[in-house]
Amino acid sequence: MSLFKSNKKIVSNTKNNLITYAILLGFFAFAFIWAQTGEMPRKIQNLLIPLCVYSILAVSLNLVVGVLGDLSLGHAGFMCIGAYTGAVFTNIFETVIPNDFIRFGLALIIGGLFAAIFGFIICIPVLRLKGDYLAIVTLAFGEIIKNILNIVYLGVDSEGLKASIDGTSYNAMLLEDGKTIIKGAMGITGTSRDANFIIAFVLLFVTVMASLNLINSRTGRAVMAIRDNSIAAQTIGINISKYKLIVFTIASFFAGIAGVLFSHNMNSFSASGFDYNTSILILVYVVLGGIGSIRGSVIAAILLYALPELLREVGEYRMLFYAILLIVMMIVNNNEKINDMKKSFMMKFKKNKTVSEGGKN
Amino acid sequence: MEFLSTIISGISLGSIYALIALGYTMVYGIAKMLNFAHGDVIMVGAFMMFTALTKTSLPPIACIIVGTIICTVLGMLIEKIAYKPLRSATSLSVLITAIGVSYFLQNSAQLIFGAGTKQFTPLFGNGSVSLFDGQVVISHNTIVTIIISVVLMIVLTLFINKTKTGRAMLAVSEDKGAAQLMGINVNKTISITFAIGSALAAIAGALLCSSYPILSPTTGAMPGIKAFTAAVFGGIGSIPGAMIGGILLGVIENLSKVYISTQLSDAIVFGILIIILLVKPTGILGKKISEKV
Amino acid sequence: MKNLKKVLAVVMAVALIVTCFAACGGNEKPNTDEAVLKIGVTGPLTGDYAQYGLAVKYGAELAAAEINAAGGINGMKIEILAEDDVAAPEGAQNGYNALIDDGMKLSLGSVTSGACAAFLGEAKKDNMFMLTASATAVEAIDGDNAFRVCFSDPAQGTVSADYIADNKLASKVAVIYDSSDAYSTGIYEKFDAQAKAKGLNVVATESFTKNTKTDFSAQIQAVKTSGAELLFLPIYYSEASLILSQAKTAGLDVIFFGCDGLDGILGMDNFDKSLAEGVMLLTPFTPTAKDERTQNFVKSFTAKYDKAYLNQFGADAYDAIYIIKAAIEKANVTADMDASAICDALKVAMTQITFTGVTGTDITWGADGEPVKKPIAVKIVNGEYVVM
Repeated sequence: MSLFKSNKKIVSNTKNNLITYAILLGFFAFAFIWAQTGEMPRKIQNLLIPLCVYSILAVSLNLVVGVLGDLSLGHAGFMCIGAYTGAVFTNIFETVIPNDFIRFGLALIIGGLFAAIFGFIICIPVLRLKGDYLAIVTLAFGEIIKNILNIVYLGVDSEGLKASIDGTSYNAMLLEDGKTIIKGAMGITGTSRDANFIIAFVLLFVTVMASLNLINSRTGRAVMAIRDNSIAAQTIGINISKYKLIVFTIASFFAGIAGVLFSHNMNSFSASGFDYNTSILILVYVVLGGIGSIRGSVIAAILLYALPELLREVGEYRMLFYAILLIVMMIVNNNEKINDMKKSFMMKFKKNKTVSEGGKN
Repeated sequence: MEFLSTIISGISLGSIYALIALGYTMVYGIAKMLNFAHGDVIMVGAFMMFTALTKTSLPPIACIIVGTIICTVLGMLIEKIAYKPLRSATSLSVLITAIGVSYFLQNSAQLIFGAGTKQFTPLFGNGSVSLFDGQVVISHNTIVTIIISVVLMIVLTLFINKTKTGRAMLAVSEDKGAAQLMGINVNKTISITFAIGSALAAIAGALLCSSYPILSPTTGAMPGIKAFTAAVFGGIGSIPGAMIGGILLGVIENLSKVYISTQLSDAIVFGILIIILLVKPTGILGKKISEKV
Repeated sequence: MKNLKKVLAVVMAVALIVTCFAACGGNEKPNTDEAVLKIGVTGPLTGDYAQYGLAVKYGAELAAAEINAAGGINGMKIEILAEDDVAAPEGAQNGYNALIDDGMKLSLGSVTSGACAAFLGEAKKDNMFMLTASATAVEAIDGDNAFRVCFSDPAQGTVSADYIADNKLASKVAVIYDSSDAYSTGIYEKFDAQAKAKGLNVVATESFTKNTKTDFSAQIQAVKTSGAELLFLPIYYSEASLILSQAKTAGLDVIFFGCDGLDGILGMDNFDKSLAEGVMLLTPFTPTAKDERTQNFVKSFTAKYDKAYLNQFGADAYDAIYIIKAAIEKANVTADMDASAICDALKVAMTQITFTGVTGTDITWGADGEPVKKPIAVKIVNGEYVVM
């Protein structure tokens, strides 16, 4: 009996994953073909890469919030680290590695690794904390990163790298032939725009695949056991610290990758853009997409990032509409009557098929 | 002398954080939700007082009362419309709704009052007290802020511990189900909590804008997040914790600005916060939650 | 199941918006036969910096309405398209592409520096002409298609230091700037270098960030103890008004000196003008100037919009439209030209025109896009600007 059940679960997982991949590929094919026809409005073309960026962010945050069950309000901080390290790398090696593709690939890896290292470091204090205390520590880390990067000056000249946290002494240090990379509050301007939709989509696909594999692996089951009941998990010998570190590091790695992608799609960006509001925005995608649902995160990120852009039509009422829609969506989502109605509708739809309870992927 | 004036202005800023943090912590204690729209209620309160002050000839105290009443009603309305339908939902869903409410309030304020920064007329005059031959200057606003904050905190503590409604709030925060079984009207209690929290926010708005006299639709956002930090710092859900957290946050912020670096003050404040939470993982006065399987 | 529910909800919400668009679409103005030249601009129309973005939008719209009433440019009517960018690079990039879809032929760039640099990144690809009204950073017009109306950050920093030193306003100066803002740090850096070169003694340098712009007592105290005679404030007026009121309480008695960001302080709703008494600032625009142009601008602007938006942002944008008009007439741009051709024509014409408007007289442009004009220093006396 139990064997049968677990088999069924594996089958349903695989099926679920396949649906996720199919949705992703469908999204890609749709966007790609539309773009090829030349009929796609510039507004939408321009959104393609950001949509992938925010989807990656939502999926990776979902690993922390949904799978591990810890509330993080500092995800934008990891994105920020990825964006900065990636862009700095590209700017330094712009002439050394002329091949855009290789250079961008290296930038992605470096940005991701740096973010992962920070994720690992930040996770150490987090291990001791729970719930909102953890949330505030992640928020604090995000703000610290932002505050420091906002005053950093970094440039390269014939003597090598020059850095300072004071604009005036930095300007005095940099030689005539120097090139400024990070300019304090102005951030980084003029990074080679190496990102394109295909790379962005491949990265999103890899992120989703890695996340699904993680969830369905032994590690993933251990992590979810911690989420559902940490004491019980501990008693059966699951090393909580180890698994928390794994999830945090992986999530930060992908956030870093998203950051690199972001920074190579923009002529200018600065640390002020990665504040807690951005972290909360990503959290909104995760919650609306469904806690723990990778597919949901992608769909919610795409719809909700595009929403304010589509709302440009209503002009000054744009953000007001967005706010109202956010509230309405949350209320509709959690309304028992509507949910019951939908359930009975789905039951009819599925007829003889039993409704699986664990369809969370 | 520099130290003394730094501490005093720190306490003044901190007591405003504390008043806002009280609202956060009370709502959290009872509804188990982070009300991210709380900071924007401050802004609404300040705008109401500003309008009353500039458009009518009401005395300042009447303006404060008008603003407070409007905010109290607003707080209850927000609870009824946006949060009550989510009573059975996860706390994260409510958090997102609160963010929606926050955007809503900010953008409505911009559409109604315009985006331009307004100068708020300090409600308690522009005067100041000079000590030690002018080496330490304390404005009347600072003094009033500290006094009002302390009085409100004492009244609130008494209210919660001594009155029936206050004890009902405690009961609901301990165990909603059990409280209901004991005949406490949980919905009403939650509504009252929001009313009190919003009233405190309105008063905090009056004090904030009197001490730092500018007003714009985003005025409440930053103090709101600082107060949230303060509430967690002190131990979220704990009322004395919110007070201590708020005041400490204000003082640390000012000390780091004076003695370390103004550029890095954010990083320092948040760094200290992390260190304190490492030593005391549930905040300064937070309860240790024992987990059961 | 749970996911499907949520997806359904989101889909429903989107359906709602689409219906709303459909409704909006029906109200669109019918196309007239007249040629319309669409000028795009992005700026913060909501959020923290909305007051500056709206000022630019209003200034540009006012000029466009005046030009259209007088028959347009070369027979073309002009239309201002403004998109919200919340002062973020990302927003400017998205806004730019939305503007392209709406038929933008030339642009006023973006309002704030960081956003404008991102706007420029896109504009360069399309060879889109850009004349920003108020983005001051060097990077914001780093391209041959880009020009600006206002002074650059380094120019303001240098000019301020020169002005203070040459007029012997003070020998010991202090600075309070916003280290989280590109505009503020940009001016500060050059000011500091130039002040030292001119033999001024910079005795205190204090800063604040977006998160700590409420309580300035620590910074003011430091300025007070440093014994500075002059406090340089390369910041926006909202924060400056807070510093002024807190400085008054603390009994800080120095000369306050600011840049164009300070302009607009007198227009703040309910502002206690006595606070700003004696404040000096370098500004391209003085609403009290007696010349006819300024008088007309102030009159028609305040008749149409809230006076809170009457500041150099609006004036720069107002001039920007007239500058574009002058350049278009010079280059003989016609309605059938595409954006790239217009840009090629205008970037030559821009270096040939001499323009007089509300933000300066006889302004000329170099190929680098920087305006050549004389800064005006004003002092606030009895609640009004007095040119010095």
